Amino acid sequence: MPAPLLSLRGLSKSYGTVRANRDIDLDVAAGSIHAVLGENGAGKSTLMKLIYGVESPDAGEMRWQGNVVSPSSPNAARSQGIGMVFQHFSLFETLTVVENISLIVPGKKRELVARIRQLGQDYGLEVDPLAHVHALSVGERQRVEIIRCLMTDPKLLILDEPTSVLPPQSVRTLFETLLKLRDRGVSILFISHKLEEIRSICDHATILRDGAVTGHVDPREHDAHDLAQMMIGRDMPAPRPFVPREPGPVLLELAGLDHQPDDPFQMALKAVSLKLHAGEILGIAGVSGNGQAELARLISGETRRHAEARDEVRMFGKPVGDLGAAARRRLGFAFVPEERLGRGAVPEMSLSDNSLLTAHGRGLVTRGLIDRRAEDAFTRRCIAQYDVRTPGPQAEAGALSGGNLQKFIVGREMELAPKLFFVSQPTWGVDIGAATEIRRRLVDMRNAGAAVLVISEEIEELFDICDRIQVIREGRLSPSLTVSDTRVEEVGRYMIGAEEGTA
Amino acid sequence: MSALSFIIAGMLAAAMPFLLAALGELVAERSGVLNLGIEGMMALGAVVAFIVVRHSGGHAMGFVAAGLASAALSLVFAWLALGVRANQVAAGLAIGILGQGLSALFGKRYESLTVPGLPKLSVPGLSELPLVGGLFSQDAVVWLGLLATLAIWATLRFSKLGLVIRAVGENPHAARALGYNVIGIRYGAVAFGGLMAGFAGAYAATVYTPLWAEGMIAGRGWIALALVVFATWMTGRVVFGAVLFGAVSLAQLAAQAGGVALNSQLLASLPYIVTILVLGAISANKRLLKVNGVASLGEPFGR
Repeated sequence: MPAPLLSLRGLSKSYGTVRANRDIDLDVAAGSIHAVLGENGAGKSTLMKLIYGVESPDAGEMRWQGNVVSPSSPNAARSQGIGMVFQHFSLFETLTVVENISLIVPGKKRELVARIRQLGQDYGLEVDPLAHVHALSVGERQRVEIIRCLMTDPKLLILDEPTSVLPPQSVRTLFETLLKLRDRGVSILFISHKLEEIRSICDHATILRDGAVTGHVDPREHDAHDLAQMMIGRDMPAPRPFVPREPGPVLLELAGLDHQPDDPFQMALKAVSLKLHAGEILGIAGVSGNGQAELARLISGETRRHAEARDEVRMFGKPVGDLGAAARRRLGFAFVPEERLGRGAVPEMSLSDNSLLTAHGRGLVTRGLIDRRAEDAFTRRCIAQYDVRTPGPQAEAGALSGGNLQKFIVGREMELAPKLFFVSQPTWGVDIGAATEIRRRLVDMRNAGAAVLVISEEIEELFDICDRIQVIREGRLSPSLTVSDTRVEEVGRYMIGAEEGTA
Repeated sequence: MSALSFIIAGMLAAAMPFLLAALGELVAERSGVLNLGIEGMMALGAVVAFIVVRHSGGHAMGFVAAGLASAALSLVFAWLALGVRANQVAAGLAIGILGQGLSALFGKRYESLTVPGLPKLSVPGLSELPLVGGLFSQDAVVWLGLLATLAIWATLRFSKLGLVIRAVGENPHAARALGYNVIGIRYGAVAFGGLMAGFAGAYAATVYTPLWAEGMIAGRGWIALALVVFATWMTGRVVFGAVLFGAVSLAQLAAQAGGVALNSQLLASLPYIVTILVLGAISANKRLLKVNGVASLGEPFGR
């Protein structure tokens, strides 16, 4: 057997008392697609940072083509032939594609443009080299990132959760690109927590849990259930049985809402109509950046309509278009925004104080003074019920991992027992176990008669829990699709606009 | 000499202090650092240049000394803002006040003294033209300043260095992930801003009005700061704004001399009003602001 391209032995890295990586062994063979599988917080990102030279390991050895190396910076890693595509893109929006690329690739602009076009043709990564990045779709941006890596002629390409931002059709194109790359001798380190994807294209998989390796397997020889078990260390919780029920009265209605945001880089909403009944879950699917954020702000009350347009948003039968967020919450509405830090929670404040922000009406304030004991009890209830891993209610919200904070925020809002509940990206960055738990509780709320609106980019999630789905694309909503007689591909077609008549 | 040809002849020189300071600040802000201490750095540069020229080091020496002094002061600011990640607004204000204080202190003994100015260098032929001829007869600093403007514009727009500065200003985290030394680049940009502010002060004190009076910078640094913002961080618009300001301030002088029946205070405030209105109007374009604005401006950056 030839020496592996990249070989790690006993790699460890700690941040303070957190041991993010413990004794990691990993071999990546030349010309293979190798998956690193693990939940959020399992140490995948830390490991990639060590390989890419963003961080240095505390202990352990790294061999590259048989030689011991210790990349001290991304530059060093790149010069050895390691490229990385980040989960959150590291592109510069105000620069053009070719300018972005020239930041790490030497050469004249004209030559770079020609090479970008050539690579685009060779690997199905077409993108206009002279376009400004802010004008590109998410999928195109990812192509730019990949092209940028390919221009440095890497032997190993690291992709951090590459499919989390793509519609299903683009995922297929991406996979074709990756297979082509592999066949031309580029190894790929593919980080993901999506089991089916890994089974479909990866040759090997290394599974991480709590910072340590729990298995090296051939993913095609195990089913998703096995992999999940290795990943979370216990059986997957079963999904909640689906109770069919008659929809109740309409609790949220948008009637032909048109909205032109002030910020020219936001998406305008056009003739958006939806009806959400008590006792059902409506999902809004779509590729991010198609108006979800604008829609969410209009429903939450962060964006108010002028008084004449108050009828465009109705909650519980009342026009609320001109009401602010607090007034809408007083009607029995609760909301979990997409951004946890800054909108869902104040990072500098303790969890207790963050409870107060939306639960102040639940006996946490008496005669205008904060009841610390009630606040503490409420917070502890959220922590215990939603399995938030934290030292206690006094922990700073910003110190929690993304998934843990999300569990806390969702818990806080669910504890308010809203009649109308709106969640944007409920399980984004949350580990599988907790995500399943959050979905179960959403279904519980529905079964108890609440109306639930979910915006999500994960179609599988929507298919798991929703009664109906509407797809948002370029600020327009598709007609309502009943989940029980709709296929994923159909939703996918609306997502990329292949379906005519998106009204 | 008609009022119009007076304005045309003098507007570049009048614009020069604003232009030099604003271009320096433009570079610093493009890299993501808001330096509010420009006024103080100009004041320090002004006094250093004045003292050197007064003791007959010559103008060239005066400008070099002024540039170095202000760059040094801007590095103190950079250390506060980048080294220990102090709030950029507070640090900038504090350093600006320090610069003004140092300027007053060093200048105490030179109050009301004068130095020789600089001779005009004319473009043969062109400077003989009627009406606009004065435009082609400027001192050496104006000519060099115009060259520097061109160089800064080209650097920001076409060179790798400019690209890196813009990238660092837009998204320092991504720039670091690509392997760029964000803090180092910002130190450099701030020091360049200080250097230019020093030149601007030196021009004001030893060429434009070669006479020392405490507080002679008189808010020019603040106007330069405003120019950068109103010009939506575009070099061409900074030049336009600075020249507009220079032209209107000469126009109001001409108006006063010509005995226009308007309150002199109102006339004196005219350049500020006109510049703000005009640049305010052209910077109302939100798209341009978004494309040219500096996303990370003023935000502390650290690992």
